[in-house]
Amino acid sequence: MKKFLALLLALTMVLALAACANNGGNSTPSEAPSAAPLETPSEAPAENPAEGATAAFKLGGTGPLTGGAAIYGLAAQHGAEIAVEEINAQGGVQFELNYQDDTHDAEKAVTAYNTLKDWGMQISLGSVTSKPCEATAAKNFEDRIFALTPSASSTAVTEGKDNVFQMCFMDPNQGSASAQYIFDQKLGEKIAVIWKNDDVYSKGIRDTFVEKSGELGLEIVSETTFADGNDTDFNVQLTDAKNAGADLVFLPMYYTPASLILSQANAMGYAPKWFGVDGMDGILTLEGFDTSLAEGVMLLTPFNADATDEKTQSFVTKYQDKFGEVPNQFAADAYDCVYAYAQALEAAGATPDMSAEELNDLMIAQFTSMTFDGLTGESMTWDTNGAVTKAPKGMVIQDGAYVGM
Amino acid sequence: MTFLSYLIQGISLGSIYAIIALGYTMVYGIAKMLNFAHGDVIMVGGYMCFFATSGLRGNFPDGSVAQTVVPGLAGLLLAMAVCTLLGVTIERLAYKPLRQAPSLAVLITAIGVSYFLQNGAQVLWTSNPKVCTSVIGRGAITLGGLSISHVILLTVAMCVVIMVALTWFTGNTRMGKAMRACSEDKAAAQLMGINVDATISMTFAIGSALAAVAGVLFTSAYPTLMPTTGALPGIKAFTAAVFGGIGSIPGAMLGGILLGVIETFAKGYISTQVSDAIVFAVLIIILLVKPAGLLGKRIPEKV
Repeated sequence: MKKFLALLLALTMVLALAACANNGGNSTPSEAPSAAPLETPSEAPAENPAEGATAAFKLGGTGPLTGGAAIYGLAAQHGAEIAVEEINAQGGVQFELNYQDDTHDAEKAVTAYNTLKDWGMQISLGSVTSKPCEATAAKNFEDRIFALTPSASSTAVTEGKDNVFQMCFMDPNQGSASAQYIFDQKLGEKIAVIWKNDDVYSKGIRDTFVEKSGELGLEIVSETTFADGNDTDFNVQLTDAKNAGADLVFLPMYYTPASLILSQANAMGYAPKWFGVDGMDGILTLEGFDTSLAEGVMLLTPFNADATDEKTQSFVTKYQDKFGEVPNQFAADAYDCVYAYAQALEAAGATPDMSAEELNDLMIAQFTSMTFDGLTGESMTWDTNGAVTKAPKGMVIQDGAYVGM
Repeated sequence: MTFLSYLIQGISLGSIYAIIALGYTMVYGIAKMLNFAHGDVIMVGGYMCFFATSGLRGNFPDGSVAQTVVPGLAGLLLAMAVCTLLGVTIERLAYKPLRQAPSLAVLITAIGVSYFLQNGAQVLWTSNPKVCTSVIGRGAITLGGLSISHVILLTVAMCVVIMVALTWFTGNTRMGKAMRACSEDKAAAQLMGINVDATISMTFAIGSALAAVAGVLFTSAYPTLMPTTGALPGIKAFTAAVFGGIGSIPGAMLGGILLGVIETFAKGYISTQVSDAIVFAVLIIILLVKPAGLLGKRIPEKV
């Protein structure tokens, strides 16, 4: 028994070493930079001869690569990887990407952030999800390292920080845009809202949705919540909405609970109109999900993997080839982030030997003045708060596919 | 009318808690350890059922009875086989070496196993959620406007069957008696010629097979399956087991159903925001009045 354990341990260590060696191949060694974080440009070429003599900008980000929220973190990491590959292949601005796991946990995100800082991160992709990003954004602000988060959408991420920007819609904008859309298109008169009360993303959207609905005179007849650990059974919430006579149910949440809501509503014979937000994106690719349940679900989303434009098509094909699945909006947001950085760095004439602080000032100036076209929107602009302006696309699910409304 | 529909929804939810709680309480009652990995064994059972059903469904004509029944049964059997093996392996590798260690060490190990299973599942099957097909279809019977789904009827029936079978097993068979003896005093049981290790392994085998059944029924009722699927129902079911008196088999069933009903009423009549707080407040009050849980006293030797 003991021998077996010893063997097992030895094997684990060998594997761990092998994994380290692998990492060394496409990024700088993890030990060296802590001593001299900013000297790395001179090391990078030696480390990776394929990059030639050009030094690269060190781009770091944290996201849940394991755990329950890993689907979002991995998507962002994969999207960013594809963008970095494409940009590096073009030969202009060069990037070195380093994603660290934060398991959707604020404390771990700070640890991951510190790892990146030790590595010599010059510009940052913040964190993928809102809660951890609130923690890392505060560090970004303190350390004067510019951050552009692909998908952390809560207001607290950017509030009071001049150097933290978002690629996704800020939650309040989604809530009011949804209410406005429902009002303009006369989609429903009696509205029910089911939201997740332990999630800043859901709460942020719900708050502004309710506020905007009040302004527009939309009647909210039922409002119920759920939370982690209570997110499998929605019969009570649905009964409440049904009894109140709601003809449209607004679902500011991610698609996993939403898929359960749809199937439970179907089982109880309740068929209102459904209106989701960008977190609903992904419901159609849910393995084994009966897409007929999602028929007619409407959502506002910045990215549509079925879009026929060349940019989206090429991204989707590459992503599928490489990772074997259809990219979601997190992947597209992260892809856009890297391209936005490339555009900004080029325009500012930044070079990889600049310090994080110098780059920080250049990036603030660039992002508040530039216009960017990406997968998730045309002519995006950013205000000084770091919030992005882009037009949400109204989508409706028909025959198992998104169709623009 | 609303009352009745909430009551039925409560019993439905409660029957799921109950079936998970049965496995929890069985292992606790005999091995005297909280197997926090129980919820994750349920998750593995759910995945096994998912693979069996999604793999086999294509072989049958659409809409036929066989298309639901055969893959469903195969899924159940595969889940039970894999989970039993997994349960025994976990016990052998992670818990057995700690038989003489303080119970805190075993508890921490169990939490470690729970994380190991979650992350292992994520590596093997990715974190993308999968949607299971119910093993007995999505049908429901309607009684004057109230609908009760087939899955729930099956779950309640299975709960009763398992409860009766376990009570009989621990009360009347040689193995069952050995289990009760181990539960009371391991050292004395050993002196009486009972193979304590084998008995505890057997307990884990049965507990894990029950987890597989629970996993199949859980994913039939709430079809979205992720590596973390088992964690939270596991905790709720643990609460249910404590509620009913941990170690008591009928207590687990009663605790599960009551927990589901209280939770549903709290959500429906008071507030969806504080329903959990209400559930746990009731738990505290019950434990203050009856420290051993609802049925904990009546079976003092625990199972």
